[in-house]
Amino acid sequence: MENIYMPFKSKILNIKKHTETDYTFRMEFRGEVKPGQFFEVSIPKFGESPISVSEIGNGYIDLTIRRVGVVTDVIHSFFVGGILFLRGPYGNGFDVNLYKDKEIIVAAGGTGLAPVKGIVDYFAAHPQESKKFNLISGFKSPNDILFKDDLKAWAESINVTLTVDSAEEGYSGNVGLITKYVSGIPVENIEEVQVIVVGPPIMMKFTVAEFIKKGVKEENIWVSYERKMCCGVGKCGHCKIDDTYICLEGPVFNYMEAVHLVD
Amino acid sequence: MGFKLKIEKFDEYLENLRREYKVYAPVKLQGKGTFADTDTIRYEEIKSIKEVEFNLKSDFSPKEIVLPITQTLFYFTQDECIEPKQEEKKILIFLRSCDVHAMKRLDEIYLRNGNEDYYYKVLKDKVKFVLMGCSESFENCFCVSMGSNSTEDYEMYTRIQDNEIYIDCKSEELMNYFKLGKTEEIEVVPEFVLTNEIKVNIPENLDQRVFKSKMWDEYSSRCIACGRCNFVCGTCACFTMQDVFYKDNKNAGERRRVWASCHVDGFSDMAGGHGFREDKKDRMRFKVMHKVYDFKKRAGYHMCIGCGRCDDICPEYISFSNCVNKLNRAMDEVE
Repeated sequence: MENIYMPFKSKILNIKKHTETDYTFRMEFRGEVKPGQFFEVSIPKFGESPISVSEIGNGYIDLTIRRVGVVTDVIHSFFVGGILFLRGPYGNGFDVNLYKDKEIIVAAGGTGLAPVKGIVDYFAAHPQESKKFNLISGFKSPNDILFKDDLKAWAESINVTLTVDSAEEGYSGNVGLITKYVSGIPVENIEEVQVIVVGPPIMMKFTVAEFIKKGVKEENIWVSYERKMCCGVGKCGHCKIDDTYICLEGPVFNYMEAVHLVD
Repeated sequence: MGFKLKIEKFDEYLENLRREYKVYAPVKLQGKGTFADTDTIRYEEIKSIKEVEFNLKSDFSPKEIVLPITQTLFYFTQDECIEPKQEEKKILIFLRSCDVHAMKRLDEIYLRNGNEDYYYKVLKDKVKFVLMGCSESFENCFCVSMGSNSTEDYEMYTRIQDNEIYIDCKSEELMNYFKLGKTEEIEVVPEFVLTNEIKVNIPENLDQRVFKSKMWDEYSSRCIACGRCNFVCGTCACFTMQDVFYKDNKNAGERRRVWASCHVDGFSDMAGGHGFREDKKDRMRFKVMHKVYDFKKRAGYHMCIGCGRCDDICPEYISFSNCVNKLNRAMDEVE
């Protein structure tokens, strides 16, 4: 009988520090993973945390981890060559095929860029597989910007709008909430455009509303939810909303379904 | 087969049985109740049938036998994860019909909702049920409304009457322990209650619109978020992971899971502090809807078994059955 709680060891191949609190850990991993799926990452004696995959590559996965709690505090003290314990991948993740040959808009708030980054990576590397790809990525301040190198590289093949909520005087980039930029994104076929919105609950609520106002069809909007999860496998009950377990049926939902998920 | 025995005789068999089984039953714990000079009835391992409390409802359900309050999942030494040794003995549980039904709900979550839970399955596979009948309904019970007042799912039935124990044993394996010799076969029929004073009526048109009803408001101030209703419930199955290291040796520790309550602060809090259902009325709504609405959408039957233990234990006299009945008017209100 398989013990679904038994973690496996994974070696830290690289650590990239984006900000004081956000690091990306490149972890050794071979196996099927989809963007938007997550792992239960643990350090024995400290605890487990659900962390979504921010990049999938040959023999590795990236986990972007913000230092916000007991477990993540300890994880940040680790070095390349160290070991983290993983279980997963869990959840449904994004299905890249759903978005192929279509116009795509991704709106990501803060660390919400991590779970959706695999989708952006894919279409930035294969620009011919989408009709048009727009990314709006928002952060609190210029100091909170994650994946700076990626954002620069993506801009070569897709349209990238980078914005910050607020900045000191003299900052030359975009300033304003993501919602400010939604109406300005040119769309050729409003009936078919696919929109992915990921970020803090309040950001998702208003950004989705803005896209609906723009005329995007509800069934073409996709969101990813973040909830407390202790097991990741439909047992612990923390992530349940109505009859939906975010860990099993989510975290990625079509908006038509998500609109009925009332905590 | 049905037969009867002197209680002393039954205890001799129980002693044989206990070589291979751990036997659990509701036991009255003198003076261990919430208030001074009150008792509590909880599940304990027993040595004699005389210890079993047949006449009263147990305050806690038998779920803690298959889902311990605190359960070690791994022992850690440096970077090795070691599973705890499994208990070798089989398990016999004395329980009432409603609690047999509650076990089925736990199976639903731990064996059928996603992959099988290893720790639960190991324990549950060892379990056999000994049914205790109910000659009359206890206070706050509404099992008839929930359809959990009777069951066929047991290996043995026992009833005590005039210093004798009446037994209906359906299991050949358990029969072997009795080594009866010449015993008169009699008809022993389980006692099930057919009516309760309390009845609940779950509205057929119940859905999420009821979230908007004003009926939930009173729970904001009445509920004190102690979580007792969850802990005594035979079907509440939520847990939280907990890692610890030992004070004497920080290199060694363990990962445990402990019972969690959707009424208690922090249930939905994520790292960074964001949580959902901060207001206690929303927690009440979340629990009630799980018990009589959304669990059914997944499993095909209601989660609540109508044991009424949540009503028995609530220090604020919040009645779950009353709340369920209020859903009818609430649906009229929002429709």
